[in-house]
Amino acid sequence: MRQSRVIPGFGLTLGLVLLMLTLIVLLPLAALALKAAGVGPRAFLVVATSPRTLAALRLSFGTAFVAALMNSGVGLLVAWVLVRYRFPGRALIDAAIDLPFALPTAVAGIALAAVYAPNGLLGHWFAAIGIKTAFNPTGITLALIFIGLPFVVRTVQPVLLEIEREAEEASALLGAGPIRTFVRVILPAILPALITGFALAFARGVGEYGSVIFIAGNIPMVSEITPLLIVIKLEEFDYGGAAVIGLVMLAISFSLLLVIHLIEATTRKAYGHG
Amino acid sequence: MVDTTSADPMRETIVWRKEDQRPSLGASAPLRAGLIVLALLSLSAVLVLPLMVVFGSVFTAGFPLVIEVLSEPDTLAALRLTLLVAAICVPVNGAVGLAAAWAVTKFDFRGKTFLMVLIDVPFSVSPVVAGLVYVLLFGAQGLMGPFLQLHGITIIFAVPGIVLATLFVTFSFVARELIPVMRSHGRQDEEAALSLGASGWTTFWRVTLPKAKWGLLYGLLLCNARAMGEFGAVSVVSGHIRGLTNTLPLQVEVLYNEYQFKASFIVASLLACLALVTLFLKSIVEHCGRMTEASFSKPHKE
Repeated sequence: MRQSRVIPGFGLTLGLVLLMLTLIVLLPLAALALKAAGVGPRAFLVVATSPRTLAALRLSFGTAFVAALMNSGVGLLVAWVLVRYRFPGRALIDAAIDLPFALPTAVAGIALAAVYAPNGLLGHWFAAIGIKTAFNPTGITLALIFIGLPFVVRTVQPVLLEIEREAEEASALLGAGPIRTFVRVILPAILPALITGFALAFARGVGEYGSVIFIAGNIPMVSEITPLLIVIKLEEFDYGGAAVIGLVMLAISFSLLLVIHLIEATTRKAYGHG
Repeated sequence: MVDTTSADPMRETIVWRKEDQRPSLGASAPLRAGLIVLALLSLSAVLVLPLMVVFGSVFTAGFPLVIEVLSEPDTLAALRLTLLVAAICVPVNGAVGLAAAWAVTKFDFRGKTFLMVLIDVPFSVSPVVAGLVYVLLFGAQGLMGPFLQLHGITIIFAVPGIVLATLFVTFSFVARELIPVMRSHGRQDEEAALSLGASGWTTFWRVTLPKAKWGLLYGLLLCNARAMGEFGAVSVVSGHIRGLTNTLPLQVEVLYNEYQFKASFIVASLLACLALVTLFLKSIVEHCGRMTEASFSKPHKE
């Protein structure tokens, strides 16, 4: 650490950040931990392992995982098309990718329900072939695909732009087909970014509420996501129960993100562009 | 260039994307066309169609109903509250974001990485949990509930709670966008200005801000969109009191749950307009950011 700094304002800026961080984020989160611990170990276990809680957790993490996985595929495709190909309307599409960041989640929720409900715009086509795209876990996954897509596209896009084209050209000249070139040359280079995008979409999906509740159907044990269960506990004035579920959900999220972070770091070491 | 592939999974960096004009090798024309069509189809199913449904329903509702819904006292009260919340949260989190970016990019100190992880925490916390923590802290049964009741202060089911919950969910937005941009600019310019006798504030206003302003605006834009559109966190702390603690997104839900679908979609379309304006401004800011980066185009490697 340097003793004499030329640039001023260290104490002021760091102080402000730490103050606000403590007041707005850390103290309230500490209150959550305190309240959850306050119910006692037995009650904690009863709430955390009740069938309804477990079903909600399974549903939230499961649908978020599937949606993030599908977003990795679709997002990679979209990023690839936007970076590599020129077609009319490309700039407009590029701007539209960020719609889920800009559109309030409640609006997204009622709009997605209108599209994918059994009498909806696309929903009735799916219903005709016997696929239910709303009011069940499929509907939840659809909403989470909407919410998570820009995370994958926006993390992969800059990396695709940075890739050295020479390696691909060499691969093609040496006789590799497009699929082989993609799998052996391009995919390793973008894999760390793809995993980052997956993690962001997953993290957002697990906690997502507004866009999901309108399309989920909210049937206990079947299509009731964890955030909704917390809201229900609060409406029943079961603050302790809500705190326990909230804490369990946070703990699982952070552990999973840590694991994904480790996987990503390993991939970066193995193939990465640093 | 900014480190676009930062090792931290929670760091999604914006970078002023440069265009690559080279044609793509190795993919035949049919494959290329197929991929483009596939991408466009999935985008329309996921992004475009829902947006069209919102605006389409406004057209089918008809102009008189639109005017009627938008001029209802409850809608206007919700609009006012939404604007008020954004007017508080955006400047506060803008200032915090600037301070965070200054501290993190201009200084080396122990625990910097940890601080950056903490700044990102609100981003990966469910909005519902963001609301829940304030209920547990300030609610009637909360840790500070008895104290607040004694002094006649209401935070939960009132405007202060809505502001706090929104501050929580938008906490990281400005910092997340500013840090990569300001880090890529290095510290030399500031050090030069200071050694030439400029004060700290002058250096900030004349040297740092002109270079970072587009990154800052980008962050403020995203922060504002989220502050006006936040649903989960606000829904938990608001209590849904019509005309008092309903923001526009909550009004959408209230109308929807009362089966007033047309009215609900009309209010939703107001928010969808906000989203379109945000996207439009964002494109402009991105464009200007690219131009600014190009004009400061001395090669800065990290």
